[in-house]
Amino acid sequence: MDPLILSRIQFAANISFHILFPTITIALGWVLLFFKLRFNRSGEEKWMDAYRFWVKVFALSFALGVVSGIVMSFQFGTNWPGFMEVVGNVAGPLLAYEILTAFFLEAAFLGIMLFGFRRVPGWLHTTATALVAIGTTLSAFWILVLNSWMHTPAGYELRDGIVHATDWFAIVFNPSMPYRLVHMLLASGLTVAFLIAGFSALRWLWGDRGAEVRATLRFGAWMGALLIPLQILAGDMHGLNTLEHQPAKVAAMEGNWETQSNVPLVLFALPDEAARENRFEIAVPGMASFILTHDFAGEVPGLNDFVAEDGTRLHPPVAPVFFAFRLMVGIGMAMLALSWSALWLMRKKRGGVEGLPKPWIYAFVGMAFSGWVATLAGWYVTEIGRQPWLVSGVLTTADALGPISGGMVASTLAAYLAVYAFLLAAYLGTLTYMARRAARHDGTSPQIPKPDAGVRVLQPAE
Amino acid sequence: MMELFGDPATWLPFAFAALMGAAILTYVILDGFDLGVGLLFPFATPAERDRMVASIGPFWDANETWLVLAIGILLVAFPVAHGVILTALYLPVAVLLVGLIARGVAFEFRVKAPTRHRGAWNRAFYGGSLAASLAQGFMLGLYVTGLQLGWANIAFAALTAVCLTVGFSFIGAVWLIGKTEGDLQLKAIHWARRGIWGMIAGIGAVSAATPLVSGRIWDRWFSFPEVVLLSPLPVISVLLVVLLWRILQRMPFENDRWAWAPFSISTVLFVMAFGGLAYSFYPYVVPEQITIYEAAAAPESLIIILVGALFVLPIIIGYSILAYTVFRGKATELSYY
Repeated sequence: MDPLILSRIQFAANISFHILFPTITIALGWVLLFFKLRFNRSGEEKWMDAYRFWVKVFALSFALGVVSGIVMSFQFGTNWPGFMEVVGNVAGPLLAYEILTAFFLEAAFLGIMLFGFRRVPGWLHTTATALVAIGTTLSAFWILVLNSWMHTPAGYELRDGIVHATDWFAIVFNPSMPYRLVHMLLASGLTVAFLIAGFSALRWLWGDRGAEVRATLRFGAWMGALLIPLQILAGDMHGLNTLEHQPAKVAAMEGNWETQSNVPLVLFALPDEAARENRFEIAVPGMASFILTHDFAGEVPGLNDFVAEDGTRLHPPVAPVFFAFRLMVGIGMAMLALSWSALWLMRKKRGGVEGLPKPWIYAFVGMAFSGWVATLAGWYVTEIGRQPWLVSGVLTTADALGPISGGMVASTLAAYLAVYAFLLAAYLGTLTYMARRAARHDGTSPQIPKPDAGVRVLQPAE
Repeated sequence: MMELFGDPATWLPFAFAALMGAAILTYVILDGFDLGVGLLFPFATPAERDRMVASIGPFWDANETWLVLAIGILLVAFPVAHGVILTALYLPVAVLLVGLIARGVAFEFRVKAPTRHRGAWNRAFYGGSLAASLAQGFMLGLYVTGLQLGWANIAFAALTAVCLTVGFSFIGAVWLIGKTEGDLQLKAIHWARRGIWGMIAGIGAVSAATPLVSGRIWDRWFSFPEVVLLSPLPVISVLLVVLLWRILQRMPFENDRWAWAPFSISTVLFVMAFGGLAYSFYPYVVPEQITIYEAAAAPESLIIILVGALFVLPIIIGYSILAYTVFRGKATELSYY
């Protein structure tokens, strides 16, 4: 068994599983702060109910994010020691700053945020909530700086094959960083918007007509409707940035084989790398040129430009990048259609959530985890699109692999896959169970234990 | 400023080795007690389990972050050693990680999943704590014997695995003595009396084995005048163990006096044992193979991290103290509101 491909699958499995949870917690932290502030200002119980329900989802997602993140920090060493040996002088400080400025901040204040409501003054609880949100966002900042640097390295020089940092400003603000960071933060916001709307719609279907569920369904629809146009704009700008710095990736995304002008926008095709052409192509003439160069006659790079004289492929594998890109964009369009039509219906009928026809409620339920799918698809586009490089132009993925046997990787890969599949099922099952229980109680008013004199009532850490 | 303390290629690796040592030690003590609480789960009643979880609930996440910091420093400051150590420990690391995953998520799931699943999540919490503790002890044993895979090394690693696990359950028990009252506290005292032997055996085994690993370590301890200068370390350790044992025999005291004494003394013992290990292995980061100076990353990268660390670490310590202060006192029920 080839340790390279197995290690790649293992890393992909780990990081795919891991990113699901930060994608939720990054934006959900801010949403919780919003709920808390709305409650502080209005005193309306529905916002506190919403806080109570979603803080549980936050705690669960955070725990899954933490443990899968610890796995990531070890995998660099166990499978990819070449990465730190070659680019450690750049990657090291960035990871160190993530741990020092973000991880401890989140972890220390999470305890106060979750369990401190009746132990600390209100302002400190709100501050703790804000600091946790800041921590998750800072964490995203540092890790996206590093990831972007791997795509578009800058501010370094090579001495004896080892990367040395020369300009930290150029490293942090490397060419693709601002686009990637904004794209990911918006992805997190959209994931949470549709998660909240989806689970509120599910509770609505189960007969929950409480003020909380109305508020959160509207909130989710609004949040999605506001963010999706921004995301389309940010995605377009990110694409143009990629065209400038990683043209081979864009060629794979578009399924474009020859460098030419008037390139059509391929809506569907089966890219055939052996024949170097698309089968069953459905395309809009000139559209790809227009999107990428803002000119129908604009020239777009093709995949055949990235083949060495001896036939070695220097571009990423086409089919996964091509399909993942279409999946991501397709979900974005569905998000746009659903959130805007829902807002329009709620406004037109003046009935709020009651104005939504049944199919819209079902659509929200169906789209509850659409943010996850789109985020993963987007990451597959950008990460597979960087192959065969691990760090563009500096280090190939194959050269970073450590001296480990295929059998050893296969055994741990099987274990991780089993654990992740099980945990994902448990996570989804538990979220559904929490929603059903909340719907049954029609709201999530807590059963605060009566303070009997002398007897401490014990309650599970719910 | 890099030249302020002499050659940065000398003092920077030393500073990072010290930082990494501090992070590992903090991790072992802090996660030691919450892993230990997990190890004691099978011996407790369901109501006691909830109280035990409540005693570590607000802390465990921050405790595990010290492991990420320690591995992070190894990764960023000594990249070569990071690769060598972790590829050598590939399988025990995987066991550790699966264990940490299981216990970390069980913590949340056991109270959020349907009640009929709670037993299974409790077992996952215990099993994860057990796997993580055994793996850490196994790695410690392999590390101190030089990361070689012979039968003798594996046998020794199996011994340290058991000892560290019992040691963690001991430190978990003395934590519970401080954090609980009534019957559960009495139980914790009982657990601590049982577990103290594991800690003594563990510290003893590692102390006895390390000088035998290499002549260099032997000379560091047993040549003159070191043997005289270092003699307080084992002497004080023995006195502390005796004191700890006597306190545990007489507990509980009236008005809960001395409830934190066992935890404090155990912490001092862990610190001293760790200090002895660090003294033995310095300047090697991979025992007898790679020194911290050979493995260190470039000075201009290390200084960037050090400046940040010196600025941020006091803040981290500050808000960690805040968190422990907010949740001080006996553990009560944990609730979100």
